[in-house]
Amino acid sequence: MTSVTTIPLPFYLILSGILFVCGVLGFLIKRNIITIFMSIELMLNGVNLSFVAFAAHWHKLSGQVFVFFVMVVAAAEAAVGLAIIIAVYRTRETLNVDQVNLLKL
Amino acid sequence: MLHLALFAFFGLICVAGAVNLLVQRHPINGALSLVVVMASLAGEYLLLGAEFVAAIQVIVYAGAVMVLFIFTIMLLNAGEEERTKGSRVAILLGVPGVAIGSLLVAWTFLRNANPESVSIGALLGDPQTIARLLFRDFLLPFEVTSVLILIAIMGAVVLASRPGAIVRPHGEPVEAKQQEKEGPQLVAAGREH
Amino acid sequence: MTPNPYLWLIPVLPLAGAAINGFLGRRSSKNAISTIALAFPGAAFLLALWIALFKFHSAQAPYYFDLAHWIRAGNFQADFSFYLDQLSLVMLLVVTGVGFLIHIYSVGYMADDDGYYRFMSYLNLFMFFMLTLVLAKNYLLMFIGWEGVGLASYLLIGFWFIKDSAASAGKKAFIVNRIGDFGFLIALFLMIKHFGSLDFTKVFEQVGAHPTETAGFGLLTSIGLLLMVGAAGKSAQIPLYVWLPDAMEGPTPVSALIHAATMVTAGVYMVARSHMIFERAPGAMTVVAIVGTLTAFFAATIGIAQTDIKKVFAYSTVSQLGYMFMACGVGAFSAGIFHLMTHAFFKGLLFLAAGSVIHGIGGEQDMRKMGGLRVYMPWTFATMGIATLAIAGIPPFAGFFSKDEILWAAYSSPHGSWIFWLLGVITAFITSFYMFRLLFMTFFGDYRGATAAPGGAHHSPAHGGHGHGEPHESPWVMLGPLVILAVLSFVGGWVGVGHRFDHFLAPVFQHHAQLVAVLSTPAEEARIASMERLELAFMGISVAAGVLGFLLAWLLYIRLPQLPDRIAKNLGSLYDAVVNKYYIDELYAILFVKPLVDGSSAILWKGVDQGVIDATVNNSADSAREISDSLRHMQSGNLRSYAGWIAAGGAVVIAYMIWMGVR
Repeated sequence: MTSVTTIPLPFYLILSGILFVCGVLGFLIKRNIITIFMSIELMLNGVNLSFVAFAAHWHKLSGQVFVFFVMVVAAAEAAVGLAIIIAVYRTRETLNVDQVNLLKL
Repeated sequence: MLHLALFAFFGLICVAGAVNLLVQRHPINGALSLVVVMASLAGEYLLLGAEFVAAIQVIVYAGAVMVLFIFTIMLLNAGEEERTKGSRVAILLGVPGVAIGSLLVAWTFLRNANPESVSIGALLGDPQTIARLLFRDFLLPFEVTSVLILIAIMGAVVLASRPGAIVRPHGEPVEAKQQEKEGPQLVAAGREH
Repeated sequence: MTPNPYLWLIPVLPLAGAAINGFLGRRSSKNAISTIALAFPGAAFLLALWIALFKFHSAQAPYYFDLAHWIRAGNFQADFSFYLDQLSLVMLLVVTGVGFLIHIYSVGYMADDDGYYRFMSYLNLFMFFMLTLVLAKNYLLMFIGWEGVGLASYLLIGFWFIKDSAASAGKKAFIVNRIGDFGFLIALFLMIKHFGSLDFTKVFEQVGAHPTETAGFGLLTSIGLLLMVGAAGKSAQIPLYVWLPDAMEGPTPVSALIHAATMVTAGVYMVARSHMIFERAPGAMTVVAIVGTLTAFFAATIGIAQTDIKKVFAYSTVSQLGYMFMACGVGAFSAGIFHLMTHAFFKGLLFLAAGSVIHGIGGEQDMRKMGGLRVYMPWTFATMGIATLAIAGIPPFAGFFSKDEILWAAYSSPHGSWIFWLLGVITAFITSFYMFRLLFMTFFGDYRGATAAPGGAHHSPAHGGHGHGEPHESPWVMLGPLVILAVLSFVGGWVGVGHRFDHFLAPVFQHHAQLVAVLSTPAEEARIASMERLELAFMGISVAAGVLGFLLAWLLYIRLPQLPDRIAKNLGSLYDAVVNKYYIDELYAILFVKPLVDGSSAILWKGVDQGVIDATVNNSADSAREISDSLRHMQSGNLRSYAGWIAAGGAVVIAYMIWMGVR
């Protein structure tokens, strides 16, 4: 039995793509602000996978370092974003994104 | 063979968790399925030889960020989603857009007759190598991100604090305007004992 | 040609007066306005007189003066140049002299009008344009004067613009004039194309080299006919005479100056100036003669039945202008100019006297309400009587000499014919009849007017202070010009005795004399000599016609005053047609005016203005509003729709990048 020790790169990329697409769809479809936020995190994870896959493919570790930075930024963004959500909830008493509609002229 | 099986295993769990996030109505269920996604992603990273990244993924993402999410859900007592009339544009334009975009990308990947392969563990991302890169070649981004985290901490504290909780040096509370407004007070958050 | 550096002053002086009165007159006193308004035309008259008496020598004529460059376009050149020969000199003296007298008269007549300064300013402006017309050295400058007098006429006819009828009359005059001007312009274009210039000397040089067009329609015939169209518009000949009777809406001095003495004669002057063109285009000359004769006869018949005193004079003017064109049409250009001069005297006098009558009886213009006025207004009666004798052609008054010369030329000239003469004599008879009719109806019999009319009949300008009541004589500022013109109407014809006037103008028309000399052989010469006895006979016939008219008028209006009404009733619809001017105005209204007005209303107003121009503006505004209205929905504030747009845009970008990569 030959051991296949390689996985085609496209497989990783497609998996990453699926995760990303699920994230976008969640952003578009869901109505709860927190769920939308979680979809953003999902998108970021999909991208991380893509980075690591390419890093392994081209034998450059800077891909993984970049993943590190992405995670850091995602964490910071999650913290601030959730703080904003709390502030929005305080004024609007709702977590329905359709009711947070003042972002216009 | 084993690697392919492992890849498929973790991949399926990822996808299942992602789809579950879309399907679930209560945000706590969504958060938990997201944790599952992140854990299985850590497995994928291990398959790719990125040990450090996998560890960070579990510790930071699944362990800190998602916990933060769950705490917020608990704090705000978020219930099931109501069915409100959403945005037509999002459904009519966004979903087809996403579909088309993803199909195009997939088509690009799959047209390649000889796909490159990634060998398992070809590139070992052990902590020493990563650290060397991080503190030598990428020192500036590292320092900048630490400043970024600091700012994020301060911002989060200010934004999420209760009115009057943060007091200026001279004694007036920071969000005096909100105090006068007597806005809707939080029902939960340990007010009622 | 010798230069004369003073020529340009003559038109410019009245222009200065017009400008001063026009801009500063509103806040000036009556005396100041009058002084300015009289000083400048007076100065122009004195200057003209001085040039005529001391500076004009036939050997050195013609004089010219180039004031300034104007148009230099390739080979074409037109400048502000002035020209003075014997013809211009006659016109100049008539315009400045009679014009000045009428200015004096206006000081009295318009004294109580609110727009006094405006009136005097317009009068001076008219003088400027008329003098430009007369003194111009090229057709283009003449055209400026031509248009300018049309403008001044419009302004002055519609002087009391509050009255609808006056405003409409001004419009009518200008528009009908414009139709004539169109013909004039095309003639100018033809001249530019074929002669390369509009300067008199250059044009007439080339015309002189042109052969006579005896058959068919050549260049000169076309130019001549088109010039006649212009003259018909300006000088109120058939078919463009309809504006002149309506122009009587203007104040009487306007009617005297513009519509009797000077502006309407501009057409005759222009035809006389272009005599070389007409002499080489016999077809055009015949047309001129026919138009003139027919107009003379036609207008005279209308004049028989009119009851408004100024309308009678208006038709009389049209008729006398027809005589002048008849003269030009048969080649007797100097006779036409002679009649122009005498006509200026007696017709100007008639109008001014009519103004005096109207002033004296409180604004009434209907002759049926006049009568017996010779008791109240002896001076007016005397002067008007002299003018009537002049126009009827009774010797030794001025009209006899000029009219007789025209009638003789109509018969004896190589271009003439006995038909012209016969119609001319009949017209003379009719003219005499209606003029004496007017005289008898106005000054004889019993006074038929209302004495103390509170509301007044018409708007009477010079009646501010004193009330109405008895008819009264006019002040001396108005009577003075009447007397002077009466003297001129008496002696003015004597310059024509012994063909002295013709010899004076001969250098201008010499080419015609040469042409005639070429045409007549020695046998012809003998025949013409024997015709001198015939000429005396014809003179007698003309006088007889005048006397017959007087007798008929005396019969119908003094002896048997009830006869006219009986005749009118018996003639029924024929009489109605004559009274209503043969319904020509109504005919024009149906044929030309109504289609034009309806057409422009429907096409130009509703179609182009509302449908295209307004619609374009409105629709562009509406579509801008609609586009922004639809774009507004992009910014709804809804986060998910923003995300949708982003996703769609992202898909487009990805597609583009993949497409570029695949290529």
